Amino acid sequence: MSQGADRLREALEKAAGASDKNVLVRRTGCMGPCSSGPLVRVDPEEHLYHHVKADNADAIVASLGGPPVPELQCDLNDHFDRQVRVVLENAGYIDPEKIDDYIGRDGYKALLTALTEMTPNGVIHRITESGLRGRGGGGYPTGLKWGTVAKASGELKYVVCNGDEGDPGAFMDRSVMEGDPHRVIEGMAIAAYAVGASKGFIYVRAEYPVAVSRLTTAIREARRRGLLGNGICNTPFNFDVEIRLGAGAFVCGEETALLASVEGRRGTPRTRPPYPAVSGLFGKPTLLNNVETYANIAPIVRNGGKWFANMGSERSKGTKVFALTGKIANTGLVEVPMGIKLREIIEVIGGGVPGGHTFKAVQTGGPSGGCIPAEMLDLGVSYDALMAVGSIMGSGGMIVMDDTSCMVNVAKFFVEFCMTESCGKCIPCRAGTAQMFTLLTRICDGKGTMDDLDLLISLCETIKETSLCGLGMTAPNPVLSTIKYFRNEYIEHIVHKRCPAGVCNIEAPVAVSAEVLA
Amino acid sequence: MSESMGVKTLIIDGQELSARAGQTILEVARENEINIPTLCHLEGLSNVGACRLCLVEIKGSNKLLPACVANIHEGMEVVTNSERLKKHRLVILELLFAERNHICAVCVSNGHCELQALAQELGLTHISLPYRNPALTVDASHERFTADHNRCILCMRCVRACAEIEGAHIWDVMGRGIDSIVITDLHDDWGSSACTRCGKCVQCCPTGALFDKSKIGSDHPKYPDFLPYLNLMREAR
Repeated sequence: MSQGADRLREALEKAAGASDKNVLVRRTGCMGPCSSGPLVRVDPEEHLYHHVKADNADAIVASLGGPPVPELQCDLNDHFDRQVRVVLENAGYIDPEKIDDYIGRDGYKALLTALTEMTPNGVIHRITESGLRGRGGGGYPTGLKWGTVAKASGELKYVVCNGDEGDPGAFMDRSVMEGDPHRVIEGMAIAAYAVGASKGFIYVRAEYPVAVSRLTTAIREARRRGLLGNGICNTPFNFDVEIRLGAGAFVCGEETALLASVEGRRGTPRTRPPYPAVSGLFGKPTLLNNVETYANIAPIVRNGGKWFANMGSERSKGTKVFALTGKIANTGLVEVPMGIKLREIIEVIGGGVPGGHTFKAVQTGGPSGGCIPAEMLDLGVSYDALMAVGSIMGSGGMIVMDDTSCMVNVAKFFVEFCMTESCGKCIPCRAGTAQMFTLLTRICDGKGTMDDLDLLISLCETIKETSLCGLGMTAPNPVLSTIKYFRNEYIEHIVHKRCPAGVCNIEAPVAVSAEVLA
Repeated sequence: MSESMGVKTLIIDGQELSARAGQTILEVARENEINIPTLCHLEGLSNVGACRLCLVEIKGSNKLLPACVANIHEGMEVVTNSERLKKHRLVILELLFAERNHICAVCVSNGHCELQALAQELGLTHISLPYRNPALTVDASHERFTADHNRCILCMRCVRACAEIEGAHIWDVMGRGIDSIVITDLHDDWGSSACTRCGKCVQCCPTGALFDKSKIGSDHPKYPDFLPYLNLMREAR
């Protein structure tokens, strides 16, 4: 699709057709390294070609059965070898619009196992045993959530998938929905069986048209095969899924706002309790998980909870997909075991900061994550470790910044995002983010004072502690973390009226020399 | 469940109190004359927990809970007036005063305004945040009432009163974040909207944002106390 991949596919198909070799050209989902795209893999030799253009098609087809095309070969061994792929296990291997491809790689096997060999409680037990925690950012234990919904009273229950990935620079869920949509549907179906639901909704942002069309195709195919609908796999279990489109509000990624939006109301969060597990969609018990969480379900059911729990760190199990962006050589999607050091993700898998620049900070967890400085790169990535340094896991965005980034300006950028995406319901978030933005703009313009800095910190504390939902509670993170780790840059802007990175446009102060004063 | 099962005991600000199960912290506090500041809460309307002024501390939890929606439970210890809460309440009030154009001296609600009264009660003496001074409109198209968005604090009482009590639902919110604004119908003039002219929203409005035209420049107290009575009578029918 992007970077001329469609044209390349056509050229490859044409070249394959013209050749007398027996060649199958296949489209796949995203393989990960965006910066090397488009990628072509030749199986079974597993030759990987990068930056392939339509003109290269003939050369690739001609080389089949012989030595690879040297000028296209890429060395991404460091990039791939350190990764552990669970959620992305099919990425690059299946055509997302072909259900047979998915089934051919053990797809829907877990659903069949769950329906024919396991009780709903058994499924929940297996998920609990795996230690899986919510991948949308909250990190709530998935098994516990499922258990709560299963225990909630009521005939009618819902299963909802949060595909409203709104963080700037994050595309983990998008890639899963576009590259492996059946995995999400299978995860939801297993969840529905476990909690006793028969109806599901996938809430996808309208900005992901490819994800929407592939999910639509996948749902249609699954219905046709009897994997959705009534009496799935000849069992009494009924389940069907509908897609709901989000209209572009970041706050609709918050669970209560998302449910309001699915119901057709204004997407604003409400106070909890009651939690959606007790009273969610249309007032019914509702299981709400993120795309990546559902994508982990099938492998856990297939391979067992212990298998999953063996990966990762003590309190954060399994793997996590991160979207590496910013000033890094190998931008793209990576999936790594929890507990891996940030340094390994950035320097080895990500290939480090390009262009001879030096690493300055990495921001994790989307617009409301904190900026982590170079001194802390040996931090192991887990929910608790990131929280301890003033950031969050979030949904898995990872933005790398080098010495050309001004940290005050970075904080201003993210605060502006949170300001424009605040729903406006509660005062601290609505007016507070706007005031943070005003104060940061002053500082960036060289008009700030040290009092402004104190005011900013005090304001951040109130917003963090008093906001209604996660958007407001975490909006001050980029400000507080940059003040904590890069205070000198704030001082430079305020006292010396200069931007060390040369990003902020500060008018030169009127020089007041000692002679003039005398 | 026997009646005694429905009674809970709890501690608010050091006082041991009993309450019925299902009551909110705010209800119990007010029954016992413990004052918790509120703005978006209004007896007779649903609670939204949006103004965050009624946040209270619960012993054993670092999280602050909105007293208007948080239910009591057996043995809970509530603190309603710690230094931390006082600081947050002042910042929230400051945010409100700096958000739009609240100029008490020329306001029809001067002396009868809940925002002004809270500022006095909580000891807000000055605003250190920069005033935003937004350019907002005044809708005087209605024959009886005026909506001055400069004075609106987006408590959504008008929206709730119109939808829940009057059943007309002409008020709603447009835009998001700092650009949110209450609108009538689909952003039509109030005068040409489907307004039933009942005036409930005006009586519920805590500031001078919604006011009766006949009261311009004069004393304009508001009487939202009819709401719980109205609800009671409706339930009795």
